[in-house]
Amino acid sequence: MNIYDIIFYLFAGITIISGFLVVSVKNIVHAAFYLLFTLFGIAGLYVLLGADFIAIVQIMVYVGGILILILFGVMLTNKIVDVEIKSESFQVIPAIIFIGILMGGLVFLMVTTNWENNELIIPLTTTKILGNIILTDYILIFELLGILLLIALIGAATIARKDKV
Amino acid sequence: MTETILINIALVILFLPLLGFAATINLGAKIKKMYYFEIFIITATLILTIIAAFFKLSDFVNTQIGSSFTWIAFDTVKIDLGIKIDNITVIMLFVVNLISFLVHLFSLEYMKGDKRFNRYFAYLGIFTFSMLGIVLTDNLLMMYIFWELVGLSSYLLIGFWFEKKSASDAGKKAFLTNRIGDIGMFLGILILFANYNTFNFDVIYSQINLGILPFDSTVWLTAAGILLFMGAVGKSAQFPLHVWLPDAMEGPTPVSALIHAATMVAAGVYLCLRLFVMLTSDAMLVIAVVGAFTSFLAATIALTQTDIKRVLAYSTVSQLGYMIMSIGIGAYAFAFFHLVTHAFFKACLFLGSGSVIHAMHHSQELEDLGGLRKKMPVTYLTFLISTLAISGIPLTSGFLSKDGILAGTLAFGELTGHWLIPILGFTVALLTAFYMFRLLILTFHGKPGNQEKYNHAHESKWVMAFPLVLLSMLSIFIFYTPNPISAESGWFLDKWISTPETVVPESTRFEFMKSSDSELVDANFVHSKLYEETMHHVHYPAMILSVLLGGIGILFAFLFYQWKKINVDKLTNSIRPLYNLSKNKWYLDEIYNATFINGTLALSKIISWFDQYIVDGIVNGTAKITKIYSTYIKWIDTYIVDGLVNLTAILSGIIGLALRKLQTGKVQTYIVYVILSLLILLIVFKPV
Amino acid sequence: MAQVGLNHFLIVSALLFSFGLFAVVTRKNAVMVLMGIELILNASNINFIAFSKFGNFAIDGQVIALFVIVLAAAEAAIALAIVLNIYKVFSNVNVDEIDNLKE
Repeated sequence: MNIYDIIFYLFAGITIISGFLVVSVKNIVHAAFYLLFTLFGIAGLYVLLGADFIAIVQIMVYVGGILILILFGVMLTNKIVDVEIKSESFQVIPAIIFIGILMGGLVFLMVTTNWENNELIIPLTTTKILGNIILTDYILIFELLGILLLIALIGAATIARKDKV
Repeated sequence: MTETILINIALVILFLPLLGFAATINLGAKIKKMYYFEIFIITATLILTIIAAFFKLSDFVNTQIGSSFTWIAFDTVKIDLGIKIDNITVIMLFVVNLISFLVHLFSLEYMKGDKRFNRYFAYLGIFTFSMLGIVLTDNLLMMYIFWELVGLSSYLLIGFWFEKKSASDAGKKAFLTNRIGDIGMFLGILILFANYNTFNFDVIYSQINLGILPFDSTVWLTAAGILLFMGAVGKSAQFPLHVWLPDAMEGPTPVSALIHAATMVAAGVYLCLRLFVMLTSDAMLVIAVVGAFTSFLAATIALTQTDIKRVLAYSTVSQLGYMIMSIGIGAYAFAFFHLVTHAFFKACLFLGSGSVIHAMHHSQELEDLGGLRKKMPVTYLTFLISTLAISGIPLTSGFLSKDGILAGTLAFGELTGHWLIPILGFTVALLTAFYMFRLLILTFHGKPGNQEKYNHAHESKWVMAFPLVLLSMLSIFIFYTPNPISAESGWFLDKWISTPETVVPESTRFEFMKSSDSELVDANFVHSKLYEETMHHVHYPAMILSVLLGGIGILFAFLFYQWKKINVDKLTNSIRPLYNLSKNKWYLDEIYNATFINGTLALSKIISWFDQYIVDGIVNGTAKITKIYSTYIKWIDTYIVDGLVNLTAILSGIIGLALRKLQTGKVQTYIVYVILSLLILLIVFKPV
Repeated sequence: MAQVGLNHFLIVSALLFSFGLFAVVTRKNAVMVLMGIELILNASNINFIAFSKFGNFAIDGQVIALFVIVLAAAEAAIALAIVLNIYKVFSNVNVDEIDNLKE
């Protein structure tokens, strides 16, 4: 068991445990914080997979952006008395059965499928390569995503606006 | 200018009118002035056509240009779509687009104030598109598609004033009559396709040339030729399917000029020109006889009609008969030549009649007209030139083409002994000159028939006069040949149009078309020496005879109607049966009514009786038997079947109760089902 | 515990996916459902990047992962706007109670 493996199990543990807590705790604010840890763990896994740029983006966009957004959502949609904001669950028992089956099936699939497995040497830093490939091969998708973000921005503002002017 | 550019121009020419149609029909309701767009489109098309025609006839005069792509590919059968540009194509393109353009112009004034003005122009656009498709195609399938499109646009335009019952009836009649011919054409196409696995003209012809015959028999080749010719019979209004064309005069007059005189009816002739090389001698004889008879029939009917447009309609049928006959006797080049010259002067005549009708406030009965010469000098002059052309008077284009056809008939008579065809041909020449001058005199000379309308008549505006002038100009010989007596040495026949060599087996050719003694005149002009010599031999007699007959016809017309030396009424009384025959169009409509229409009705009555008594009887008898049978069945039902059914119902109820639990109505549950199903699929189809 | 390879990452992603789906299915609060969706997206992202390293997809997998993150951001913004709007109308964001379309 080398250092790589140890780090992997550390991050995987963080990810899975806090991921489980996200979906199991009652308090939404707590859930959001556990989500923070999950996302951190995933970023760590990205680093292990040689995707340094994606890891940074993960932290900046998810932790810095989406998570804050979700917290805002929590705060704005509950009559806040204290931080104890409960969220109820329903149909828990059938869901656990179904999800158990699903989880078993998925893990079975992942383990038994004969994946093509030839480990690549990913360069130390991927930022430059990513930048090149996005602006050459993926330029159309890139531009479309830009437009999509603009639309999402305007759309979100329009939908959430208080009064029609 | 390369071949690729020429092909691209041709494609643009083809699709521009479609664009015009689509834009005008869709935006016409919103934008009042949308018809200007259609005018613009047709002008652009015309300019491009002139460019294309110029380069084709100067740079590529001896090459055939084409391009195609595979539309559908089955296992071994490929269906290609493509265009083919040869000299006939570009000349036809020019004729169609020029007349279409002039008709657009003319309609601007003629149709002014119509409530469906934009739609009218849109229909003209779709018609132009379909006609160009017929002209450009290199295969039978596209030919058939555009053929039907032309039929459709013709139907739309004939019935344009559909509030009038006669107009909508005429539209239906034209459509259905055409359909009869199209069935034959379709069968012909199927015979060829079943044997050659292709629709392409040139591929089919090269196969025939190699001696591969449909079903290994010349009979089938003849049958294919005649069946395809049936399409032309319908579209070019040949006997017995000519009855729709005179009725089609219910459409607006510019439409009659465009569709029912110059272009669409020429499509049949064009088809025959394309098929010319695969026609056997039997098929050609059938074509020649049908053409000659039609031409005679229509000419006799035209003698007594009293509606200005109907006279012109029958003269069109008669002239189309000429062209068809000309193909049948092997005078390929003259058939096409007559098609072109006829298109111009007949369009001019129709537009002229439109001008008269417009001036006389939609009065088209000959007895209302008369004396319009002084009121409408431009219309009169152009009408006169075109009438001279159709009568075959020297110095006109009509003289050149008609003379060629008549010489062809004489040569044909001499070479094969079928003298009936030249006799009919020359008789028609006499009759044509007579009835056309009768029309001219009754319309423009003499005294006004309706003084009140006459007083209001006036010369048409320039948008209506300009097309007339241009078209009558094109009826003068100089555009086709420098020699006013013979077209043989002119650029039209010498350089541009050459008779292709027939590909049918030697045994099924006419004696004079056999290749054994054919002479290679230039690269792609192969014609029998015998035929050439006979043509030269009979050229002058034919010319003198045709001019003489034309002159006699004109003289009699003047004697009858201008100077009134011969009393028309007395003459008609003395030959009353003949007069009635002509006046009532040989009773063909009545005969069709009595035979086909009443026949169909009677047949349906018989079938109805059969239905009522025999089929219903059987059904009722069965019902009685069933009734008896069912009483026995009943107790089985009640005890055994019902028991089973009830059991099933109870089971279903139990299963349903169980399954109902799954239908919670919540999206989340459904997500789980979807993902579980996906998972199962993934596991089942997992690659090993 | 074998050498860490492709399968390990895939198992982590499978577990995360199941958790995310569980949140989507069982939680009443729309914001929690959104968090579940984020988990599902992250699970797929882990797969993309893992295959990028171990499969034959080279750097392309990372590019796709980047695009997924962008889409997730857009989705979160729009979805939260909708949630806020729902809150304005119904005064709660419980997905099982919002069934006005039924009538």
